[in-house]
Amino acid sequence: MNNDSNAQSSKASLLYDPVARSIFFQCLTVAIVAWLVYAGINNAITNLEKANVASGFGFLSDRSGFDVSQSLIEYTNDSSYLRAFYVGLTNTLLVSALGIFFATIIGFAVGIGRLSQNYLIRKICMVYVELLRNIPLLLQLLFWYKAVLGVLPNVRDAMQVGNIYLSNRGLAIPKFIPEAGASTIFWAFVVGIIATFVVAKWAKKRQMKTGQQFPTILVGFGLVLGLPLLALIVLGFPFVIENPELGGFNFRGGSVVLPEFVALLLGLALYTAAFIAEIVRSGILAVSKGQTEAAYALGIRPNITMRKVIVPQAMRVVIPPLTSQYLNLTKNSSLAVAIGYPDLVAIFSGTVLNQTGQAVEVVLMTMLVYLFLSLVTSTFMNWFNSRVSLVER
Amino acid sequence: MAQDRNHSLAYVRTDMVQDEPAPINSKGPIAWVRQNLFATIPDTILSIAAILLLFYIIPPMFRFLITDAVWTGENREACIVPGAGACWAFVDAKFSQFMYGRYPVEERWRVDLTAILLIAGTVPLAIPSVPYKKWNTIFVLVIFPILAFILLTGRLGLESVETSLWGGLLVTLVVAIVGIVVSFPFGILLALGRRSKMPIIKMLSIIFIEFWRGVPLITVLFMSSVMLPFFLPDGVSFDKLLRALVGVTLFASAYMAEVIRGGLQAIPKGQYEAGDAMALTFWQSMRLIILPQALTLVIPGIVNTFIGLFKDTTLVLIIGIFDLLGIVQLNFTDANWASAKTPATGLIFAAFIYFIFCFGMSRYSMYMERRLDTGHKS
Amino acid sequence: MKTKIFTGMLASAALALSASTASAATLDDVKAKGFVQCGVSTGLSGFSAPNDAGEWSGIDVEYCRGVAAAVFGDPSKVKFTALTAKERFTALQSGEIDILSRNTTWTMSRDTQLGLNFAGVNYYDGQGFMVRKALGLNSALELSGASVCVQTGTTTELNLTDYFKANNMEYKPVVFEKLEEVNAAYAANRCDVYTTDASGLYSIRLTLDNPDEHTVLPEIISKEPLGPVVRQGDDQWFNIAKWTHIAMVNAEELGVTSENVDLEKDSENPNIKRLLGTEGNFGESIGLDAEWAYNIIKTVGNYGEVFDRTVGAGSPLKIERGRNALWTDGGLQYGPPIR
Repeated sequence: MNNDSNAQSSKASLLYDPVARSIFFQCLTVAIVAWLVYAGINNAITNLEKANVASGFGFLSDRSGFDVSQSLIEYTNDSSYLRAFYVGLTNTLLVSALGIFFATIIGFAVGIGRLSQNYLIRKICMVYVELLRNIPLLLQLLFWYKAVLGVLPNVRDAMQVGNIYLSNRGLAIPKFIPEAGASTIFWAFVVGIIATFVVAKWAKKRQMKTGQQFPTILVGFGLVLGLPLLALIVLGFPFVIENPELGGFNFRGGSVVLPEFVALLLGLALYTAAFIAEIVRSGILAVSKGQTEAAYALGIRPNITMRKVIVPQAMRVVIPPLTSQYLNLTKNSSLAVAIGYPDLVAIFSGTVLNQTGQAVEVVLMTMLVYLFLSLVTSTFMNWFNSRVSLVER
Repeated sequence: MAQDRNHSLAYVRTDMVQDEPAPINSKGPIAWVRQNLFATIPDTILSIAAILLLFYIIPPMFRFLITDAVWTGENREACIVPGAGACWAFVDAKFSQFMYGRYPVEERWRVDLTAILLIAGTVPLAIPSVPYKKWNTIFVLVIFPILAFILLTGRLGLESVETSLWGGLLVTLVVAIVGIVVSFPFGILLALGRRSKMPIIKMLSIIFIEFWRGVPLITVLFMSSVMLPFFLPDGVSFDKLLRALVGVTLFASAYMAEVIRGGLQAIPKGQYEAGDAMALTFWQSMRLIILPQALTLVIPGIVNTFIGLFKDTTLVLIIGIFDLLGIVQLNFTDANWASAKTPATGLIFAAFIYFIFCFGMSRYSMYMERRLDTGHKS
Repeated sequence: MKTKIFTGMLASAALALSASTASAATLDDVKAKGFVQCGVSTGLSGFSAPNDAGEWSGIDVEYCRGVAAAVFGDPSKVKFTALTAKERFTALQSGEIDILSRNTTWTMSRDTQLGLNFAGVNYYDGQGFMVRKALGLNSALELSGASVCVQTGTTTELNLTDYFKANNMEYKPVVFEKLEEVNAAYAANRCDVYTTDASGLYSIRLTLDNPDEHTVLPEIISKEPLGPVVRQGDDQWFNIAKWTHIAMVNAEELGVTSENVDLEKDSENPNIKRLLGTEGNFGESIGLDAEWAYNIIKTVGNYGEVFDRTVGAGSPLKIERGRNALWTDGGLQYGPPIR
């Protein structure tokens, strides 16, 4: 912008030229980064070679040789390390998905509770939030694990409800082993969900046109639950039930929900719920009071005001921080390693790393998995956020 | 809106609501209870449930923590009596270990002195009305770390104390404070980098930030403890604690960068333009105009990041560094104190310490937030 | 541009603060810095555990003191690094420690694939099972269906799988990262069985609420030769590590103890003369002075003395010598001759 310095020598102007400087700095940065990356990789290769450490990803197809306490997919000690990786991954996804589900429910309940008219509820919710937010999650997990193990009876004195047994070895429940045709029930469930979407769309259209309301939620429930139920009855219950039985040391047969899983789920859900509660509270407070008053002025009843006026607007404020809480929960599930739940970090960065000694490959793979999960979640939530965000002119 | 009047909308009233009776008594404790606890039927049900819940939780907790607790004792014998509550004698016996780890007893004055210096530096900094903020900041961010380093590790003639002897609250604070202080300048650079107009710098900053934000701290610590040594040139190796600090700092810088970026974004464009109009260079306008405003604005965010980091330091126990929680947990295996109540007592004690620190800081951050709220919000 | 400055600063800070070197000649490095850096466990009483004041004790610790005595004539010139099972090999490979003495099992894959050398066996162990007496078990073969608590990152986990598989039994693993967590889970009755090296079981039993309620089953299901480890590629240092242990074993065999070593210096027994450096120059051949073994025995003691005060009759663990007795007493400790 120094316009009257045209007479200056080209050397000086190049030095002060913002474009030239920007290019220079960027080149410099790239050079340094490239050098660092090169030096790091080079060091790693030399060090590993010098130490005669095996490297590469060939180990993934070797026999693992260890057992895992919980697996959603088929796995034995004859399976490969890669299989063990998938076991860990599915266990992480399971606990994260359930954790997100419960944390959201508890978080919304507590968040709304903090704004309750009821003094006691308000204060209890406040104590809950302050207490759980300010104590490290790892400590809470250790506490819940001890509590779960401490409260539950020994396996021989297990509490029994029907064919369900609860003890410090976990919750033993009957297992449904599907027979031919059982997949129909799953498809009925899927059809139910799709049908609900169609009905919801139609109902909205009709309401727009005629003003008549349609009990979408009830019908939706009917479709999602009713269709699979109908399929179940028509097919004549295509499952074999395997009941848990106390044999020797433990329950045999059936499925077992591990106490480690329960403790981890409890810890993650309660901890994250405290943060979600604060997000929900500030989201609701962020909706201007005029909106409520306007809705009342139109004669809209309080619960409908909440549902149709306040919540949709609060959601805009709530969703971005909510996303990062979901991501935090997923990442925090890696603390499973401290209480013995076989998640990705415990199995892969724990046992597999120890058995193979290939630290670089194993830790890198683990980090990339979490990175991938983070990117996928935030991409999805960004898309969702852009759908609900305020469209401004 | 020219709708047919006869057209009935189910949710719109067509007739007037009857007048409600005047409130009976709107003052006094009974009215308060009526309004706050028993306003409606669902409210009443909730209140009764809440009272039952409190009744179920509080008395046993009180008994466990206070009346049935064992306050004095030489060893586990005191705590294995039937019906005993919390074993505070255990905490009492191990208290100095929980604070200092295995730091040599005759050198512990150095830790105390460091703590006093820290308090002397940060308390005036935290109170907005105390003057000399600039010198104070320089003390906390530059002079104090050097003094603390000399005192804790033992330089300049002081007897050297290996970091493997450090432990307890000392390690917790060292990890958290080093993490936050060192990540601060990097956070500023990364935040500026992410907002830079230079595409490559912007891209590298984004990759760096998103990478560290995307992975769990525990994998970062695993990386720094088992992977990092391979990436260093031959012959260079770090102390174990220092490696953990590197991991924590990398991790914290990414979060710090996002907090500071939030502050930079909140500064109105006019401020940047004003800097340009005065022909300030980029760094001048940053140093003199933008950063002072942006950084003040993000104090609550920085405090919140610090709280998060403070809680996250517990993870170092997984890689075998004995922070407060780590050393508490380690002492559960002490044969002298093994009892059924020892673990619960230890965890409650640790929880209490963490709570005091985190709750205090979060109150401070809220106070600052209210104070700063009068500023510009675009 | 921040990333690079960042890493650059970290690297230089690290160099300034606590750089140490790990070149091929470990002995020279050790002499230059003035102490031996020894990797031990984070706490397994009898093997390596710190007391409240941070002083380490245990058989693995004594071995490291022996190395320091051999090199410097002073057993206190050693620093200990507490390592988790996961970190131990990386720490050695990367040069963070000079020697790893952390109840580590000698296996072929570790010896060949991880760039390590095992310098001998200072404790012959085997994996065992601990159960509650109340279960009334007499044999590990009755364990089918049991929940088993085990620490990850050890050969234990793999042996467990093999044993149950070989005997056609089932089990439910409960796996933890750290020893304290395994102990806590077993104490809380989360599992029926605790499995690790038998010596470890005795040591852990002591920390339980009521040690008498637990018993170690007679079956030993694996060979666990535990010993010190050094990096491959430095034969001199490997020799020092190897012969430190051998000298301690030979001293016991020859009846030389920390108490009578000064008297034995005048001994006419050529074996003792060679051991204590009054004849020949064996110390020189491994880069040390002639009194290397004298210093070990004088300041640390012979193998029998160390065993006795760390894990044996003179310690709370009270483990019998068993396989760790000298070969002359029917055990496996057999020191090659110094000549």
